[in-house]
Amino acid sequence: MEENKTNEIQLNPELFEKLDDSEKNAEKIAYESKTYFADAWSRFKQNKLALVGLTFLVIMILACIFIPMISSYSFDEGDKLAKNLAPSMAHFMGTDKFGRDIFIRILYGGRISLSVGFIAAFISLAVGVVYGGIAGYVGGKVDMLMMRFVDMMYSIPDLLYVIMILVVLGSNLTSLLIGISVSSWMGMARQVRAQIMTLKEQEFSLAAYVLGASRTRILFKHLLINSMGPIIVSVTMLVPSAIFYEAVLGYLGIGLAPPQASWGTLANDARRMLSSAPLQTFWPIIAICLTMLALNFIGDGLGDALDPKKK
Amino acid sequence: MSDPILTIENLKVHFQIAGGLFTKKQIVKAVDGISFSIMPKETFGLVGESGCGKSTTGRAIVKINQPTDGKIFFEGRDITKIKGAELRQFRKDVQMIFQDPYASLNPRMTVGEIIREPMDIHNIFKTKQERENRVRELLEIVGLKPDHIRRYPHEFSGGQRQRIGIARTLALNPKFVVCDEPISALDVSIQAQVINLLEDIQEEMGISYLFIAHDLSMVKHISDRIGVMYLGNLVEVGESDDVYRRPLHPYTQALLSSVPIPDPKTAREKKRIVLEGELPSPIDPPSGCVFRTRCPSATEKCAQSKPPTVKVGNRLVACFLYDEN
Repeated sequence: MEENKTNEIQLNPELFEKLDDSEKNAEKIAYESKTYFADAWSRFKQNKLALVGLTFLVIMILACIFIPMISSYSFDEGDKLAKNLAPSMAHFMGTDKFGRDIFIRILYGGRISLSVGFIAAFISLAVGVVYGGIAGYVGGKVDMLMMRFVDMMYSIPDLLYVIMILVVLGSNLTSLLIGISVSSWMGMARQVRAQIMTLKEQEFSLAAYVLGASRTRILFKHLLINSMGPIIVSVTMLVPSAIFYEAVLGYLGIGLAPPQASWGTLANDARRMLSSAPLQTFWPIIAICLTMLALNFIGDGLGDALDPKKK
Repeated sequence: MSDPILTIENLKVHFQIAGGLFTKKQIVKAVDGISFSIMPKETFGLVGESGCGKSTTGRAIVKINQPTDGKIFFEGRDITKIKGAELRQFRKDVQMIFQDPYASLNPRMTVGEIIREPMDIHNIFKTKQERENRVRELLEIVGLKPDHIRRYPHEFSGGQRQRIGIARTLALNPKFVVCDEPISALDVSIQAQVINLLEDIQEEMGISYLFIAHDLSMVKHISDRIGVMYLGNLVEVGESDDVYRRPLHPYTQALLSSVPIPDPKTAREKKRIVLEGELPSPIDPPSGCVFRTRCPSATEKCAQSKPPTVKVGNRLVACFLYDEN
C-alpha cells in the first residue's frame, strides 16, 4: 500500500525550492573564538560567589601588604597606657594585653598565614605533580614502589613529624613550611597519579604516541595539561588547609616564636583573655574563617571555569 | 601482482590480567595466531563481534600493543622490534584513525595545534608559517573551514571531530592507515560522509586501509577484501563480495544472517542462524576450534585440534568442513 502511494506522486520542478545561502554556513561556528584563559575567565565571572571570594582575597592580600607599611602603629611595640582597649576610632579592633593594635597584628599575621598557605600549597603542588606524574605515567613496578612509599607516609600521623621537624630545625618560617609541605604533598601526588593513569589510556594520548611523540611531550602537552583543571582546584583547597594547619600549630604553641605572629598564634595569645576580652579571640578567628570561605568559593568557581566543556 | 604493503604472520597478543604475589596468573589471548596480508591501495576490512581481538590487531600494527609472538612486516621489514630512526620513519608511514572522536582529540589544544602536532614532531617544513598553511590545506581537504584553526575540539560535532582526526592522520602523508571503527560512534547520516571522505582520500593519495568495524554493510561497501575474526582467530578471509554472497565458515554464515535486510518480504524468507550459548572467555578458550562450542556443524574432530587454514578458490577458511585430508 505504502509503496504504491509513493509511486503516484508526480514530480515537477515547481515542487523544488532553491537552497538559500544559509546552507553554505553549515560548518560555521557562531560562538566567538577565544583563547583558553579568556574562555575560563568568562565562565569564572558568571559564578558570583567565586567572584566575591576572589575580591575578598585580593583585598585581604593588598591590605596585608600595604596597610602595615603606612600605619603609625607597630606590630611588636605597644602603648603601655592603652592595654586591652575595646574597638574605637583609634584602634579599629582594639588593643591586646601589651597595648598593641590588634588590627595591625592581624594584618601582620595575615602576611605570615597567607604566605605559609600559598608557599606550602605551591611546594606540595610541585612535588605532587612530579611524583604523581612519574608514578602514573611510568606505571608498573616503579608506580607500585612509589605509591607504597606514599602509603607509608600516610600511615604516620602528620603532627608527629611536623613537631619533630619544628623541634629539630627550630620554630621559624622555613621549618614550618617544610613541615606543612611534607605532610600535604601525598594527597596531591595521589590525585595527579590517578589523573595521569586515566588520561594515558585516552585515545588522544594514544594518538600522540602513534604520531611518534616523545614521552616528555606526551606527559606535558597531553597528560599534565589536561589534569591541570582538577589540580588547580585542589591547590586552592590546599591553601586554606595549610593556613589551617599553621593556625593549629600556632594554637598549640609550637608555631612561630613571639613577637612574630600568625592568625593561629594570635588566637592562642588571645585565648587567655577570653573571659575579660572575648573580642580579641574573635578577630583572628574571623580572619581565618573568611579567608578559608573565600578560597573555597574560588576553588569551586575555578572547577567549573577550567573545564572547557562547560559553557 | 605487487608485494603486499603489510603482512602479518602468526600474530599473537596476550595480556596478563592478574598474577601478583597472591593471585593466580591469568592470560587473555586477545589475538591468538592470525595471519593475513594487505596490498598497496587496498582496503582490508576486519569484522567480528566485540572482544574478538580486531582492535587489538590494529593496535599491534601501530605498536600500541607489543605482540607476544609472531611478526608484522611493513614493506618487507619486520617492525615488531624496530627502534630509533627506523621507528620514526615507520610512524610517518603508518597511522591510525581512532574510534571515539570525542576522546581522540586533546581538549586543551586548538584544531590548528592538533593537526600541526605531527608536523612538529617530525619536523616537516622549516617554518611555522608553512606548517600553518599545510594545516589550512588539510582542513579544506576534509571539508572544514580554514578559519576553524583556532577553535577547540569541543566546539565541533562528532562528524567534524572525526574529520579533524583524519586531517591529523593525513598530515604525515602516511602509506597505511589503521581505521579502528572510525564510524561506529557517529550518526548514520554522518557515517556515509566520513566513509566517502576516506574513499576519496584513498583514491587521491593511494593509501592502504585496515578497516576495523562491526557494521557489516559498511565494511562490505568500503573493503576490497575482508577477514572475519572470532575469539582471537581469523576464521575466513576473502574478496568482500564473495564472502557476502557465499559465506563458507559457519561463523561467517551466522554473522551474515544477522544483517538486517531493509525489505520485509525478503527478510521473511531469509533463514536466520541463531548461535547457541555465549561467547567463550578468551582467558580459557575451547580446545581445538574455538568456535566449536557454538557451531551448528561441529564434530568430535573439532575438539581435538585446531582446524587448518584451507584454500577454497581464492579464499581462506579455517574449518574442518573444507579440509579434504
